[in-house]
Amino acid sequence: MSDIVPASAEAVQRVREDPHRLGHRAHGEGAPVMGAGHGETGPANSRIIVGYGFWIFLLSDIVMFSAFFAAYAVLMNATAGGPTGRELFELPRVAIETGCLLLSSFVCGLSFAASVAKNRMWTQIFLLITGLLGAAFLYLEIDEFIGFAAQGATPQRSAFLSAFFSLVGLHGAHVFVGLLWLGTMMAQVQAKGFSRMVQHRLLCFNLFWHALDIIWVALFTVVYLMGAAT
Amino acid sequence: MSELDYDPHDLGHDHAPGDEPAESAGHWVMNYSIGLALATILTVGSFILPALGLVWGPSLPVALIVLAIAQMGVHLVFFLHITTGPDNTNNVLALAFGVMMVGLLVIGSIWIMANMHHYMAPMPPEAMTHMQAPAAAPTVPPAF
Repeated sequence: MSDIVPASAEAVQRVREDPHRLGHRAHGEGAPVMGAGHGETGPANSRIIVGYGFWIFLLSDIVMFSAFFAAYAVLMNATAGGPTGRELFELPRVAIETGCLLLSSFVCGLSFAASVAKNRMWTQIFLLITGLLGAAFLYLEIDEFIGFAAQGATPQRSAFLSAFFSLVGLHGAHVFVGLLWLGTMMAQVQAKGFSRMVQHRLLCFNLFWHALDIIWVALFTVVYLMGAAT
Repeated sequence: MSELDYDPHDLGHDHAPGDEPAESAGHWVMNYSIGLALATILTVGSFILPALGLVWGPSLPVALIVLAIAQMGVHLVFFLHITTGPDNTNNVLALAFGVMMVGLLVIGSIWIMANMHHYMAPMPPEAMTHMQAPAAAPTVPPAF
């Protein structure tokens, strides 16, 4: 017995107004659809929308960082007779910082894999390691800033140092905020388990932490390596 | 079952845009490990490159920037899972726009400021230090 019925006037009008049925299901909720493109229409699921929205935020954050990078690049040589990058930067310390952040990013990815598998114990262990490596990075950076200040290299000393402290400090502030977020996420995983909301937040945190590592790659290359080499 | 039962719209294997096939944890760990290995090679490379002296001095910044861009690519592909698949079109378009903005801001600033520096009238050294560090040389009105 066929349930195909002649098209109603209403259905014909609907097809005329929206021939590719963008964003609509042909026969109500759950019906298979064939729209423009590859047979995929309708709104994406919330996980994809959340991830995409956060990706847009991260890109705008990176655009903001690029303004600080531009300021640093322009003011790199404006040392006003004060200490230069070549005199100040200690590359072994920067190498350890880079290692901490790269490993932290990797372990954060592992925690994400564990959260996709809904394994609470490993998610928490990997998140904890991520946080400890991030904290080690932050400790090394603050220690470096204190050392610079002891040598008289404060942000007030020259335009170069102002640009340096605002660029590196901005990244450090992002890492600090990331650590606070990480602690919150560990508490939420413990208290709420892997609910949909918690899964979405873990996805966003993972994206955030990886983006910080990408910014650090640009930072250690432009500020430290090029500053120490030239 | 008559011919009319056939619905060309019923493909049976439709999926929501961007819906990844369910992947095992092992697949993710493998993916991240490859990323970590490549990123480590590139990081170590950029740290030892200046010490090795393999690259002609003045071209060192360019070599470092190339290594950094390669590493950012590794991070994007293996950690952030930005791919060229059809389910990633929106992500790639947003990334392309972001890269354009970053390029305009950074390259534009460096270009304009270098140009201004080039056309600036040459100044005696004492005037330069005066301009760069006003705190160090307070302006004292000339005493006649």
